[in-house]
Amino acid sequence: MTAPMTETNTQNLASYNFAYLDEQTKRMIRRAILKGIAIPGYQVPFASREMPMPYGWGTGGVQVTAAIIGRDDVLKVIDQGADDTTNAVSIRAFFAKTAGVATTTATPDATIIQTRHRIPETPLHAGQVLVYQVPIPEPLRFLEPRETETRKMHALEEYGLMHVKLYEDIARNGRIATTYAYPVKVEGRYVMDPSPTPKFDNPKMHQSEALQLFGAGREKRIYAVPPHTNVVSLDFEDHPFEIQHFTEPCALCGAEQVYLDEVVLDDKGGRMFVCSDTHHCESRRAEGHRGALLGDEPVVEKEAAI
Amino acid sequence: MAHSTPAASIYEGGFADPVGASQTVFRALMDAMARPGTVHALPAVTAPPAPLTASASALIATLADADTPVWLDPALTKTNAIKDWIVFHTGAPITAYQSEAAFAVVAAPQSLSALNGFSLGTQEFPDRSTSVILQVTTLTEGVALTLEGPGIKDRTTLAPAPMPQHFSEQWMANRQAFPRGIDLILAGPGSVAAMPRSTRLIRKEA
Repeated sequence: MTAPMTETNTQNLASYNFAYLDEQTKRMIRRAILKGIAIPGYQVPFASREMPMPYGWGTGGVQVTAAIIGRDDVLKVIDQGADDTTNAVSIRAFFAKTAGVATTTATPDATIIQTRHRIPETPLHAGQVLVYQVPIPEPLRFLEPRETETRKMHALEEYGLMHVKLYEDIARNGRIATTYAYPVKVEGRYVMDPSPTPKFDNPKMHQSEALQLFGAGREKRIYAVPPHTNVVSLDFEDHPFEIQHFTEPCALCGAEQVYLDEVVLDDKGGRMFVCSDTHHCESRRAEGHRGALLGDEPVVEKEAAI
Repeated sequence: MAHSTPAASIYEGGFADPVGASQTVFRALMDAMARPGTVHALPAVTAPPAPLTASASALIATLADADTPVWLDPALTKTNAIKDWIVFHTGAPITAYQSEAAFAVVAAPQSLSALNGFSLGTQEFPDRSTSVILQVTTLTEGVALTLEGPGIKDRTTLAPAPMPQHFSEQWMANRQAFPRGIDLILAGPGSVAAMPRSTRLIRKEA
């Protein structure tokens, strides 16, 4: 045991393969990605590896990104729309270190965007790849715990249980109360979990210009939605699908028709609603848009202000 | 050992830069698969024995390994050179049975009897199917195919040649089996296009 240990100690980080994963693993993931693209919405099993971060921190998305990323790519990573939270910062640093790629926070400049649960407000363009980190890829899992059964349900296109679940929502709450991980049907065939994005983002998946790849590390599944593919949220004729609406605009940039986060300001019930997409909010403020709670002094130090 | 014999050439012509080349080839193929009908440039990164082409060999070297049996059509098995080249550079086992293959390489698509001899996967596991790499001489100057489906905005055309006999009937049968079915990868000179099983062929009536 001592000999290999000594050898390891003399090695430095540079001896990792490009983008951390070995080539055999990348090949296996690449084959799964191709099958996923060929069968939109179908969950392709793959031999997920342990990554130098815990499950639940985006190991599936990281493996997909590592398998597709090249030296010329520009990577953006968001966590609930934000470029500056722990998960986003550490994954961006991971690829900057192991692959030496350029990183950005600007949505239009990125070629690969890895996301945990939001789709950027800026419309994506052709040539971009959106990589989702998925915790539970199986939309039927909470209705039927057995993998053998859910697999058969997908094979037979037997999705009645999902409609019963949505109906029970209506019976109990008077409306479909599912607000995130809202099930969609891809190209009229597979019911798919869009990962726990707010349902606000579901319409952006439909006929997107960008390729969308989904990686679930713990559950060992990869699936995909090609560009220009029909992604329809499940609903009923008398209870059509609708997205969240916000009564007030973003308190910092005044944006409407965007997804907002609630921020508690004090212990007296004070709160503000701000854009969940930090790049969108910052670029709007840079253009001179001002929300109700934005301070008077010009925003010079963006980093410090946040 | 002193001078190189024809048999020695199987050890040459692999990726000079395995990491960069396989990523470049894969990205072109992924884009081709995500947008069926579009033609993507492939760099010449491999030099296989004839009649295996540079683009088909780059694809197989990118995708195949010990986990993926490869089937070769009769045009590629006249000598052992191509079989040996693939085994040496990828480690993939060569299979004599179409239905066992994860990948198939076809140098003479016009002589391919049927697409449904390959593995179509199962209803539960449609991913356990054969991806068929067809070596074609052109992607733009053959008989035009009109395509629609996921990855295609409205409609697009692709004109590969040569193609298997009665291709449109065979492809429609393949589409009928969805989600089972084979995926076609078309390796043209310095280029790649793809027709995943989700792609529908529009018959030219008018």
